[in-house]
Amino acid sequence: MSDRNIPIIAPQKRGFFTMARSQKELLLLSIPFIVYFFIFSYYPLWGLTMAFQTFRPHLSFWEQEWVGLTHFKNLFSDKYFTQALYNTIMMSLINLVLHFVTAITFALFLNELRLRFFKRFVQTISYMPHFLSWIIVCGLMANMLSMDDGIINNLLMWFGIIDKPIHWLGTPGYFWGIVGVSNVWKSMGWNSIIYLAAMTAIDPALYEAAAIDGCGRFGRMWNITLPSIKPTIVILLILNAGWILNAGFEVQYLLGNSGLVMDVSETLDIFVLRRGFGSRSVIGYSYGTAAGMFKTVVSLVVITICNFAAKWVGEERLV
Amino acid sequence: MNMKRTTLEKVFDVINIFGMFLIVVIMLYPIWNTLVISFNDARDTIRGGITLWPRVWSMFNYQSVFKNEYLLDAFFVSVVRTVISVVINVLSAGLLAYILSRNEFVLRKFLTIFMILTMYVSAGLIPQFFLIRDLGLYNNFWVYVLPGMVGPFNVIVVRTYIKSLPGSLVEAAKIDGAGELRIFLSIIFPLCLPVLATIALWVGVGAWNSWFDSFIFAPAQQHSTLQYELMKMLSASMQFGANQAPEYMMPGQEMRNIVTPNSIRAAMTIVATVPILFVYPFLQKYFVTVNIGSVKE
Repeated sequence: MSDRNIPIIAPQKRGFFTMARSQKELLLLSIPFIVYFFIFSYYPLWGLTMAFQTFRPHLSFWEQEWVGLTHFKNLFSDKYFTQALYNTIMMSLINLVLHFVTAITFALFLNELRLRFFKRFVQTISYMPHFLSWIIVCGLMANMLSMDDGIINNLLMWFGIIDKPIHWLGTPGYFWGIVGVSNVWKSMGWNSIIYLAAMTAIDPALYEAAAIDGCGRFGRMWNITLPSIKPTIVILLILNAGWILNAGFEVQYLLGNSGLVMDVSETLDIFVLRRGFGSRSVIGYSYGTAAGMFKTVVSLVVITICNFAAKWVGEERLV
Repeated sequence: MNMKRTTLEKVFDVINIFGMFLIVVIMLYPIWNTLVISFNDARDTIRGGITLWPRVWSMFNYQSVFKNEYLLDAFFVSVVRTVISVVINVLSAGLLAYILSRNEFVLRKFLTIFMILTMYVSAGLIPQFFLIRDLGLYNNFWVYVLPGMVGPFNVIVVRTYIKSLPGSLVEAAKIDGAGELRIFLSIIFPLCLPVLATIALWVGVGAWNSWFDSFIFAPAQQHSTLQYELMKMLSASMQFGANQAPEYMMPGQEMRNIVTPNSIRAAMTIVATVPILFVYPFLQKYFVTVNIGSVKE
């Protein structure tokens, strides 16, 4: 333990400037960071004014035409926007449910593995896809689901479940499921780490007691392991729910590229990209900015609420 | 009664091991299959049925990747951007973390909040694009490095680490008359090497894997990265079909050493994956701590 953790009796209050003068060097060293955060994170916020203008890049700020909330009003009568919003929320919910169900189940069964070596091996392999880029993961998915020689179609045909290959990536009905599965493949192992860590804190005496009471393996998993990690699950669930408007961008953009599934693949982020840069219309930049701003503001509110909720639940648990 | 339970337990163990084995296969097969295709003759691959082992061995896919000037340049850009990002990020995260670890620093609270807010508030894509353009970073190599120079999350991780070091180290150095930069460079930095190694790996993997910045901010061919080239190939194959090779590459014609988009993509995927697999053992050594730290905040 460091002596920094010992509460120090507040030193006699000195004035801000007296303090600052003695810390010249620290102040000097922090200037580049303040400048950096200002330029790359705070200054662009000024660009949000675009959402209230019909922004033309070649004009100066004073020459722009102001349109008030027109773009925001138009967004809600734009069926592409409402569709993108709906897609985003649905994919987030599917991903959230799959994320928790698969990671927790995986962690539960991994925890029951007796062979140390085999457990490590499974962990090593299952964490790995987390470090591959989405480009690679989507490329692998596209290969597996391919019509020509994809293993999925081949296996299904070999088992006689289907008699001709399915165009997985070209069928809107499958798209959300494919996005969900891609996420599970990439992150299931990684997401399970936190639960495995929580499981190491469980008192082994509980398992012994349960075994004496005649509890089987499933009984112990269900009655001891799962309740013990429940606080972790609840807090993570609340925290993750905050990111509901962030369904991701890369998977949907890369796998929805065929254009056949546009109606279900377009998320808010893709909408911003396509409207902002893809359209030839003069309002493109402003319209895209308005859509992005809507997402940021709503997200911020939801994330803040969820963070507070998680904190509140966490404190409840301590009391 | 007792006997019966042990049998049940054994059955459970066997099923569990089998299930885990299945998961390992599902995780590995796509990568293994890509590796196999990358070593298989492209023309033969079109015939289908390549699964676990190459049918017609060929190094030609890799030769084409490394002979292609564009792909070679992209590979080089990827390596350079990764190395520069890692160096800058490690230094900046270390220095800012040191500054924020000094409890008596007058701007500590302000700077901490100023930094953490940037993790939640973002102007969005389009204002960012105009910022990049106005700074002259559009189609400029430095757009890969400058916007992500300081990672707030990394700073928090390093600061937590510095706070666990004995505070008397800094006090002693100060009494000896060392300046702040000197204290950082010769005392704190060396002590932080384990956590900074973790940060380096994280930043490295992120930089190596990113493509969106090329796509939006630096689409010029000279700044293309390996991931961006892969993305362009994936897009093309999604739109025109994975094995849809141009006419002159179709089987039946007497041509030697042909390549198809699909086989080239397989070889490039492996080239992009190998560095990750190489650092993976090191990543694994540290990531549990960081992952848990992220929840504590």
